[in-house]
Amino acid sequence: MKFLKFLVLGIIFGIIMSKAEIISWYRIYEMFSFESFHMYGVIGSALALGLLSVQIIKFFNLKSFDGNKIILNPKDKGIARYIIGGFIFGLGWSMTGACPGPLFVLLGKGVWPIMLIILGSVFGTFLYGLLKDKLPH
Amino acid sequence: MELIYNPWPWYIAGPIIALIMVLLIVFGKSFGMSSNLRTICAIAGAGKYSDFFRFEWKNQIWNLVLVLGAVIGGFIAHNYMTNDYTINLNQTTIKSLNEIGIKNPGSSYLPDELFGIEALNSLYGWIYLIFGGILIGFGTRYAGGCTSGHAISGLSNMQLPSLIAVIGFFIGGLLMNHFILPFLL
Repeated sequence: MKFLKFLVLGIIFGIIMSKAEIISWYRIYEMFSFESFHMYGVIGSALALGLLSVQIIKFFNLKSFDGNKIILNPKDKGIARYIIGGFIFGLGWSMTGACPGPLFVLLGKGVWPIMLIILGSVFGTFLYGLLKDKLPH
Repeated sequence: MELIYNPWPWYIAGPIIALIMVLLIVFGKSFGMSSNLRTICAIAGAGKYSDFFRFEWKNQIWNLVLVLGAVIGGFIAHNYMTNDYTINLNQTTIKSLNEIGIKNPGSSYLPDELFGIEALNSLYGWIYLIFGGILIGFGTRYAGGCTSGHAISGLSNMQLPSLIAVIGFFIGGLLMNHFILPFLL
């Protein structure tokens, strides 16, 4: 039962990603071509509301539903890992038209070739685990 | 009913995505999809090869449940909430897609040239998708997050690393879109 709320949030997430066509390769293509406002509207409005909400949570020191203090972990310091890692992900995002969330939504849509991208992304994550100590961070 | 069946605008999608992120925060969690890939590696036994995969993955089950929900959501939206599967593109985009070899841009959510039967019957088609996946998996873990973890969650918390990561996403995405894709398709 304790997982039910996450299942519901996931279902809403999947429906939104599909209905707003965020899972479409074309929407990512036109975003990187600067030929449509749609994806900038999605990310921009999510960010604007997210930013406002997080500042409110911090300002009022709000507690989580289970009564604990809400801790928003700061990201580790660094430049290289973010710019290089981000760059590599950006190549893959534009190439496949999908980031990790949409991959799973597309699976639910019944697009079986997506399994190849998912397998690749699991393997890519594994590769990072093997190489991480040799990479600049 | 038309409102449900038609594509949903950005000003519906963006705020609901923000709401999902905020709810996850007040549930004591955080919004990030790519970390599930690490969890999947850990469950599959990758801990034998790298300590990066030796962590309490059981604490991440909630996120895998979220992923399961996303799969179900995709199924529901596709089967019960959509009756027109075409993607409405503007003329400029259609023209540029034609030029790089996409024949019927927007005839479905994904181009047949990459995801159709023909693509899957070629070795090149398999390599394209698997290699694209490797870039996603390697890049997100190296950068410590993807669109949800950095562009939405991280920037909402005003994290400089997330801003750097998002700039990286766009340098990579723009380079692929404008200079590499025309040769790959």
